[in-house]
Amino acid sequence: MRLAILDHGHGIRAKAMFVLIRVFSGHPVVDAVKLAFYRPSFYRAGGLTQEAMRGQSEWSVADRELMAAYVSKMNETEFCIAAHTATSALAYNDGAKVSATLADLETAPLTEPLRATLRMLGKLTRENNVDAEDMRRVLAVGVSEQQIKDALAVAFAFNVTDRLADAFDFAVDDPAAINAGAKYLLARGYR
Amino acid sequence: MSDITALHSSLVAQVLEGEGRASSEIRRAAFDNEGLAEPVHTFAHKVAYGARTVTDADIGTLMKAGFSEDQIYEIVVCAAVGQATRQYKNALAALGAATGRN
Repeated sequence: MRLAILDHGHGIRAKAMFVLIRVFSGHPVVDAVKLAFYRPSFYRAGGLTQEAMRGQSEWSVADRELMAAYVSKMNETEFCIAAHTATSALAYNDGAKVSATLADLETAPLTEPLRATLRMLGKLTRENNVDAEDMRRVLAVGVSEQQIKDALAVAFAFNVTDRLADAFDFAVDDPAAINAGAKYLLARGYR
Repeated sequence: MSDITALHSSLVAQVLEGEGRASSEIRRAAFDNEGLAEPVHTFAHKVAYGARTVTDADIGTLMKAGFSEDQIYEIVVCAAVGQATRQYKNALAALGAATGRN
């Protein structure tokens, strides 16, 4: 972590909780959790991320975790790629599908609505802009206006989080900790 | 259907207008990626357009210029939320143009 305050500047309640996390999970506290509990009166995005990732949607939880992994891949944010690849793979019970999507979106075994949506999110993330024609291509394969809005909410959440993870230099955890985190995110969410 | 509209507005209001260690002018300028003096200008631009290229030396430059870690933390958050907000609003406008409901 690039700022010492994000490692050691928490209040006593957060520090006590970190001790419990270390004892009960058997893993170090991941940097995303340290950030989430640092001065939440200034920045607290858990409610928004929870709504985007676990709120009611025609996209499944697995689909939205794949969107998070894909947006993170476009941003080249290693911490979030690892975390959401694992979470999506667990939610789909299909790691090969997630790996194939991140390797080559065009040949991955996805439905066309999900592929077209990821393609649009990828352009938005890489180029910072999309236009009406990009949206028409997504609508044309049967994605509803609401599904697009839901996907844009996921992209917003991870276009913030990826920047924070990279600017603050989140450490990429070992595979056991990443899998434990994925199980936690599926069981408990982002709050 | 999920709806982050109100949550997004309150997140933006919190980072721009809530209690902070950096001035509200710097937070707003970092969010807008506009009107910042050096070295914050270059740093906030990196967070917005290539956060993976941020280095320890960038943080060191800001600290030498007199910014505290808490102020740097807030500048990063504002720059990140600002750029993601511009992307999000651009995409919603494109969707509105495509559906004729903007």
